[in-house]
Amino acid sequence: MSRPSDYVDAGAPQREESPRGDITQPKLGFVGTLRFVWRQLTSMRTALLLLLLLAIAAVPGSLVPQRSSDPNGVIQYFSDNPSLAPVLDNIQMFDVYGSVWFSSIYLLLFVSLIGCVIPRTKHHFQAMRARPPRTPARLERLGVHRDITLEGGDAGTAIESAHALLKKSGYRTELYQGRNGDVSVSAERGYLRETGNLVFHSALVGMLVTVAVGGGLGYAGQRVVVEGQTFVNTLLDYNSFNPGRFFNPDTLAPYALSLDSFDVEYEQQNLEAYGQPVDFTANVTTRLPGGETEERSIKVNDPLRFEGTDVFLLGNGYAPTITVRDPDGNVVFTDSVPFLPQDANLTSLGVIKIPDGLEQQIGMIGFLYPTAYELETGAYTSTYPDLVFPVLTLNVYSGDLGINDGAPKSVYSLTIDDMTQLTGGDTGVDSIELLPGQSQDLPGGQGTITFENADPDAATTADDDVATADYADSVPRFASFDVHHDPTQGWVLTFAILILGGLLTSLFVPRRRVWIKATDTAEGTVRVEYAGLARGEDPGLAEAVDAIAYRHGTALGLPR
Amino acid sequence: MDLNELSVLSLWSAMAMYALAFIAFALDLAKRSAEVSAVGNEAASADAASVSATATSGGGIATLARADIDAPQVEPKRSAVLRVAVALTVLGFLLQLTATVTRGVAAERVPWANMYEFAMTGTLLIIAVYLAVLVRVDLRFLGTFITGLVLVLLGIAAVNFYVEVVPLPPALQSAWLIIHVFVASLATAFFALGFALSVLQLVQHRRQLIGMDLQRLKLKFLATLPSAERLENLAYRTNIVAFILWTFTLIAGAIWAERAWGRYWGWDTKEVWTFIIWVIYAGYIHARATRGWRGSRSAWLSIIGFTAVMFNFSVVNLFFKGLHAYSGL
Ligand code: HEM
Repeated sequence: MSRPSDYVDAGAPQREESPRGDITQPKLGFVGTLRFVWRQLTSMRTALLLLLLLAIAAVPGSLVPQRSSDPNGVIQYFSDNPSLAPVLDNIQMFDVYGSVWFSSIYLLLFVSLIGCVIPRTKHHFQAMRARPPRTPARLERLGVHRDITLEGGDAGTAIESAHALLKKSGYRTELYQGRNGDVSVSAERGYLRETGNLVFHSALVGMLVTVAVGGGLGYAGQRVVVEGQTFVNTLLDYNSFNPGRFFNPDTLAPYALSLDSFDVEYEQQNLEAYGQPVDFTANVTTRLPGGETEERSIKVNDPLRFEGTDVFLLGNGYAPTITVRDPDGNVVFTDSVPFLPQDANLTSLGVIKIPDGLEQQIGMIGFLYPTAYELETGAYTSTYPDLVFPVLTLNVYSGDLGINDGAPKSVYSLTIDDMTQLTGGDTGVDSIELLPGQSQDLPGGQGTITFENADPDAATTADDDVATADYADSVPRFASFDVHHDPTQGWVLTFAILILGGLLTSLFVPRRRVWIKATDTAEGTVRVEYAGLARGEDPGLAEAVDAIAYRHGTALGLPR
Repeated sequence: MDLNELSVLSLWSAMAMYALAFIAFALDLAKRSAEVSAVGNEAASADAASVSATATSGGGIATLARADIDAPQVEPKRSAVLRVAVALTVLGFLLQLTATVTRGVAAERVPWANMYEFAMTGTLLIIAVYLAVLVRVDLRFLGTFITGLVLVLLGIAAVNFYVEVVPLPPALQSAWLIIHVFVASLATAFFALGFALSVLQLVQHRRQLIGMDLQRLKLKFLATLPSAERLENLAYRTNIVAFILWTFTLIAGAIWAERAWGRYWGWDTKEVWTFIIWVIYAGYIHARATRGWRGSRSAWLSIIGFTAVMFNFSVVNLFFKGLHAYSGL
């Protein structure tokens, strides 16, 4: 049942280091050395070692955060391990999968693979055109052997029907005349096994090349859109944009996308999961340059495929609308500012920067509690992610925002090095605390700040019924979208399917040789022999030979 | 009693059955050892007799002629306790099936959306695959391993991973949850079987190196098991089925990742480990076709591979940071 020994390394007979190689080694010369190295590189043993090396090399990337998948984790790692991190960084431990050492392993492996597949393909083409081999003189020596004796009839007719039977069963056949007056049919099947193997390995190469090229042709961009806002698919309108090496921004599909509304559904029946989000839906309107509009929806597992791009819903949160006025009542700032969720109940953190219009630059760090609950310490916490009793608290800083030099700064962080804290913390001044629709003075008489109620139907809430008012629509939500364009994705899938198909055929199509031999005996009977030989893993060989013998007997009219 | 309570109750009952089955399988191994001892002693006295016989008559020595090299050295006798063990395993399986189905009905979705449920469905599949294979190939000698493994995994899951039924978070609401996770569990079941066979292959190989002397054999039941070569072939066949399923898991995972996270591959920790496992088993398949790597070395790769599978399921799920934070804990 084991593979015949000739099968080990089959298809690459000249590639194993042969004893002859050792003898000629001293006088290899340059070309000889090259050939020797190539032969080593494309040997099964090297392929195996490189595969195992690849598996080992992939491990560290799961132990140490990677820049590609977890950039914040890397920053955290640097601050947690200030002495170790730079050492690891030197050996590219934070970019394992793009590192020189990881790349060299897989590139070598693929060189080996190509060097292995090409000669095997040639070999296979020849094998497919070759005639099945001569019938061995002594079939009984083969692992699987059956024989029967027919009363009457003759060897010729027996082999004729055997021939027809094997052909019908998908075997390639050849008739042979033996030396002892016997006739036989030699048959082989399962060429698809090797074909599958070659398809599999070639598709691996195809996959690698496509992924390498695909990364260069496409792009990925991120954009945060607040309800009611519109995003235009241009370079300027993205919050961040990562083009591939060969991507030309002029080819960005011209369209616009408005976030009409963002719906969230929370679990309210099951107390074990109370408040857990069960659905996010971004209702959007797409608009083409010609003016055609269409209403679509985007969900977490259901991206929008539009104009060659894929728009994914990756995150969401609240974007409170805030207005700041100077002491004369002129609006110096009004915007819906996305606040980043910090926990499951959507306590959200955001930063508001007012560079112009006031006496001094003002920065504010705000917390939004969608359903605020005051702890005994006086601090707030949020107890439910939806807007039941939203409270916005703000700590105000004044001074230099550090944005005058034009260097880009994250909109989600405030550099307070050159600023003075005016409220909260140790200042002795209470933080600003607002419900939707409320306003308050900024410290130092610099102006006023308003937490706008975004619900158009909301009446100005009187102070005494704030606790009972309906705040459901008082704060707009934002959605963060990832926009991708990868023209090679279809190819990647095609190769993946080829890989799977190649594997299936290569591992499960049995390759075997079968012989049926008939000999007229002196007694006037016919001796018919059946034999099989596995070419590769073939647990069903004996059964297959039995089945052929049985069907052949039936065809010859044996009683069943 | 609601459906989920019924599920929990059935699960504990199933574990009780597996525990009993484990004992019965172990008794069977002990019985095999006893039989082998008896045969060994008999052969020894027969040898002694034949030695004196040769001394006098110079006649041939009777050797144990074995037609089929793959057959066990000592054919085990029919065993009632073994049949009881299999029956108990089937009973345990039916109870666990009930537990899994009722959990799914209670949750109104497939019962494999958090670690407790993966463990339940995964071990159910291990038993199912084992019982299905038993119909064709007599692997009853693996019973202690299979029931033992399942018992340990289920015990850990029921005690440490149990979570109440909660609705699916939006990221898991996808048809790919059904396909991807189910096929991964099925692959794991086949890998487990392949692992067990490879371990036995190594043990059996060592025994064959030491020689066929039954009296010197320590683990006597080994003489009733198939040869190392046969075990290797069985392990290979199991592992390639698992490998195909794993390849599918990898591809389906990538398709799902594209839909849910916007990229089909991002070297997330779980993706990394799925890849590592795939590469180890690709190495295993190569090893079987590489001179000098068949036999014990390839068996070690199968063992390392399954260790990685278990690592991926436990440590990676629980302690590694990544997008696949779905243990539910
Ligand atoms: C990226 C690297 C490679 C991977 C992932 C890989 C994977 C695989 C897999 C999964 C199989 C079993 C399925 C099948 O037969 O189609 C296989 C078989 C095979 N591979 Fe590779 N391979 C790689 C590189 C190579 C190289 C470099 C060689 C040549 C030196 C090679 C030669 C073979 C041969 C001869 C078989 C048939 C073995 C058998 O039938 O058991 N492979 N490979």
